[in-house]
Amino acid sequence: MFVSYKWLQEYVDLTGITAKELADRITKSGIEVESVEVLSKGAKDVVIGHVLEREQHPNADKLSKCLVDIGEGEPVQIICGAPNVAKGQKVAVAKVGAVLPGNLKIKRAKLRGEESNGMICSLQELGVESKVVPKPYADGIFVFPSDAPVGADALELLNLDDEVLELGLTPNRADCLSMIGVAYEVAAILGRSVKLPAIELHENSESVHDYISVRVDAPEDNPLYAGRIVKNVKIGPSPLWMQTRLMAAGIRPHNNVVDITNYILLEYGQPLHAFDYDRLGSNEIVVRRAKNGETIVTLDDTKRTLTEDHLVITNGSEPVALAGVMGGANSEVQDDTTTVFIESAYFTSPVIRQAVKDHGLRSEASTRFEKGIDPARTKEALDRAAALMAEYAGGEVVGGVVEVNTLQPKDVVVTITLDRINNVLGTAITKEEVANILTNLQFMFIEDNGTFTITVPSRRRDIAIEEDIIEEVARLYGYDNLPATLPVGEANPGKLTPYQAKRRHVRRYLEDVGLFQAITYSLTNEEKATMFALETAEPIRLALPMSEERSVLRQSLVPHLLEAASYNRARQVENVALYEIGSVYLATNEHELPNEKERLAGVLTGVWHAHVWQGEKKAVDFYVAKGILDGLFALLGLENRIEYKQAKREHLHPGRTADILLDGKTIGFVGQLHPIVQKEFDLKETYVFELDIEALLKAEVDDIRYTAIPRFPSITRDIALVVDEHIVAGDLEQAIIKAGGELLKDVSIFDVYKGDRLPEGKKSIAFSLRYYDPERTLTDEEVTAVHEQVIKAVEQQFGATLRG
Amino acid sequence: MKERLQQLQQEALEKIEQANDLKALSDVRVAYLGKKGPITEVLRGMGSLSPEERPIMGALVNEVREAIQMALEAKQVKLEQEEVEKKLAKEAIDVTLPGRPIRRGNHHPLTRVIEEIEDLFIGMGYTIAEGPEVEKDYYNFEALNLPKGHPARDMQDSFYITEEILLRTHTSPVQARTMEKHQGRGPVKIICPGKVYRRDNDDATHSHQFTQIEGLVVDENVRMSDLKGTLREFARKMFGEDRDIRFRPSFFPFTEPSVEVDVSCFNCGGHGCNVCKGTGWIEILGAGMVHPNVLEMAGFDSKKYTGFAFGMGPERIAMLKYGIDDIRHFYQNDLRFLQQFDRV
Ligand SMILES: [Zn+2]
Repeated sequence: MFVSYKWLQEYVDLTGITAKELADRITKSGIEVESVEVLSKGAKDVVIGHVLEREQHPNADKLSKCLVDIGEGEPVQIICGAPNVAKGQKVAVAKVGAVLPGNLKIKRAKLRGEESNGMICSLQELGVESKVVPKPYADGIFVFPSDAPVGADALELLNLDDEVLELGLTPNRADCLSMIGVAYEVAAILGRSVKLPAIELHENSESVHDYISVRVDAPEDNPLYAGRIVKNVKIGPSPLWMQTRLMAAGIRPHNNVVDITNYILLEYGQPLHAFDYDRLGSNEIVVRRAKNGETIVTLDDTKRTLTEDHLVITNGSEPVALAGVMGGANSEVQDDTTTVFIESAYFTSPVIRQAVKDHGLRSEASTRFEKGIDPARTKEALDRAAALMAEYAGGEVVGGVVEVNTLQPKDVVVTITLDRINNVLGTAITKEEVANILTNLQFMFIEDNGTFTITVPSRRRDIAIEEDIIEEVARLYGYDNLPATLPVGEANPGKLTPYQAKRRHVRRYLEDVGLFQAITYSLTNEEKATMFALETAEPIRLALPMSEERSVLRQSLVPHLLEAASYNRARQVENVALYEIGSVYLATNEHELPNEKERLAGVLTGVWHAHVWQGEKKAVDFYVAKGILDGLFALLGLENRIEYKQAKREHLHPGRTADILLDGKTIGFVGQLHPIVQKEFDLKETYVFELDIEALLKAEVDDIRYTAIPRFPSITRDIALVVDEHIVAGDLEQAIIKAGGELLKDVSIFDVYKGDRLPEGKKSIAFSLRYYDPERTLTDEEVTAVHEQVIKAVEQQFGATLRG
Repeated sequence: MKERLQQLQQEALEKIEQANDLKALSDVRVAYLGKKGPITEVLRGMGSLSPEERPIMGALVNEVREAIQMALEAKQVKLEQEEVEKKLAKEAIDVTLPGRPIRRGNHHPLTRVIEEIEDLFIGMGYTIAEGPEVEKDYYNFEALNLPKGHPARDMQDSFYITEEILLRTHTSPVQARTMEKHQGRGPVKIICPGKVYRRDNDDATHSHQFTQIEGLVVDENVRMSDLKGTLREFARKMFGEDRDIRFRPSFFPFTEPSVEVDVSCFNCGGHGCNVCKGTGWIEILGAGMVHPNVLEMAGFDSKKYTGFAFGMGPERIAMLKYGIDDIRHFYQNDLRFLQQFDRV
């Protein structure tokens, strides 16, 4: 909402308060003033000139040579490029020495050999936005009414010395979509009174009922419809002051009748529509829902197909307006219009919102109906419009109002105690202060022993409950005066849940070993949605996606991590180590929320470790990725419950992928990206993992228990086992641990060999076994006995032989 | 004989002095103090002396021997030291060469901001509540006083999956769910961080996916002044002890009264700069007293209980705090961006 500072003064006394100060006060009290614009934008020394002569410029087709009286001394010669400049016009002249918006200084000049002493200005050159400049002057200079006094300040006549406050209104404050509404707000802030427009309406002796009748078939959409007939109007421009106010508010002036309806819309917040009575095609108005497939050509010359969701004003047979949104072209007021039917109605918000949505048509009128208008002013606005048409369009107001009114006005009464106000706010506001605030708001109230019974005016549709009153009091009392305290209730210690705490440990661990935390999008495309997923379900698709790339919810974090790696690689960042903890979304059924599961995933590519000048450089490989995970499992106390199993998974290298099992249940995988996928993502050798972090963090783990530090020496024996190459180390290790029994404390692999020195199809794995008894020093014989069992076990189970 | 001894001593001391390494010194030791050395020889010749002279001469021999011995030891220490120094000198390295790099990753800047905020509120007795990102219309809107058809819930602004299920547009449904779980009994004191989604085109200032942190306190006698005190505490811990906050009236369907909360500019201290666009204040939060409809819908008696709620955007805070100019950086995961948040 744009509020003219000068116009506002008609309704509330602003003496002693500048536009800027007013803006600050309004902002502090609840409505954000987004800007205060000085319309002149720094222009000065622009006066009314009278074009005494105009002739063709001798050397330029498109220029005119004008002799202009600017009210000081001799008339001056000005060269003008506007096509519409003509002898006898009153125009805006920027004198030599004048300044125009954009700090453009006007100097004496020679244009194609002819002297020019100033400039005849268009409205655009004076800083008015093109979209509000009246159409006849859109491509040329602005022509003032002939009575404009020569030499007078043109900026003042154009109201460009005004300042405009732009209000950023929250949806609850639709009452401020009108000058009168803003006046009430400002009056409440300043503690001043509101002066409403005086309506001087002279009706003739005829009866409106002889002209027209109204029937409303959709009273729920249209509880109040009122109209008047104004006859003998003469269409012409509206007075300059009205045009300038409309332009300042962002509305383009058209003609006196249309301008008056727009003026009332701004003044009262009541949208009006003026029909050409003679073009209505009947003597009746019927308000009803449109029929499916019915059409209307609206004022913007667009043919619109309607449905039962839309409300139309009809002449009994066909629509003449899309109610509350836009009039029909068939009944539009034109230059030859003489009788006008003014409609002032209250349309309810849902039906208007539907029309706006379906037709993509948002107008000043529809915005107000959507947000809700004050029906208590509907008829007053109608009277005011009729009076103005009589005054500025020479019309004659036909006696009476046609009206269908099914509105049941109900006063909103709110009762609240002073204690309640102070208890909610934490303040010590007095009874008198509250009374004062309510008075300034012009709310009617009775106060009895600290209890306020308040009748809310109909213009404040946002106020219905105690809390609304508390807010009114608080904002006008001033939030700066609110004390700062802390809650006094029962205090519980704040803390993370065990899950949240562990998750933080996991993050820190992964970062400490060199991974960066990534956050990627949850929405992806259909193809990527299920790629790499540990569990898959029917893809969950958005009803109205913005793009195919972001249309489906992900079931794995890996694809977007790969995209991130690829993004980096494309920017010469070749070494990438990222992890992400985030949700995946697994559909259950259409009516239930999906199963949202948290996952931990990572991507590793490029060099893992380099100390270049010492000649060390280690690329990421499977065991780097696995090592990171091993550390993670150890951190969570799960290392002995985790198992890696050679696995084949889609999109992963068939020989370099492992499923990860916790207590025998698959909870994730780690593996090398399949070369085909690697190429799709434009990556080099890349490793990925994804884990069900919920399973990891929710696994029951014993608390740490101290065990005695070894007091006796341990004995270490090494064995190198030659086995068939398909036998995996993990199986051998398990067998060794089992056979080693109590005394075997540690098994580690220190060498793996495959090559010339072994028969084809064989490999050797060397284990180091450490034996220890916490109670005593072991003898060689005891260890040998156990060790023999170990060897025997692997010989029997795997056909292993000791390597010589 | 005495002269002979003195001469030997002098000779020996000179040779010790001349010895340049441990080998040479050892040779001197053997030559003078060895079994076949001249001093032993002198001792042997003592038999020819008179009994009176013998003890005198014996003492003299010992004196000489000791003097040589001491000189040898002193020289030995000196040479050993020199030897070590020589060895160490050879071992010198260039300490300016780079050390072995230790890999180190770090938090995403949003996590950094979120954890900091979480910890601040944990310190004030809050717990952290989490909830689903795919949410029921009921919890995302209806339970928050946004009934169907409410203008503030344009279908166009939300990612719906079905008519009843959508991607949450704020973390407020977690508040609704938490309150519901409390079955009408306070206190509730939670912080809800999480991802949210809106139907926006991604550009420098918009992201269809972003994060939010909301807070909620519901109890008997929770006052709006408590909200002010809490947020001032937060602002000071987050942005510096000198910070102040101000409330500006606003509108949110789920709070009444509602306010926007500005923090005095941490860049200029309130004098006005480009960070605060010259106003001295930066808008950081939306807040208010929980709307009685919201309390009632979650099963709380709004006559007995009051509450406050607030919400903020970690992206905005991170952008302000670190001077980040484009919200898309948070989701591109460019390592050149992520790596910048690697220290305390
Ligand atoms: Zn600043």
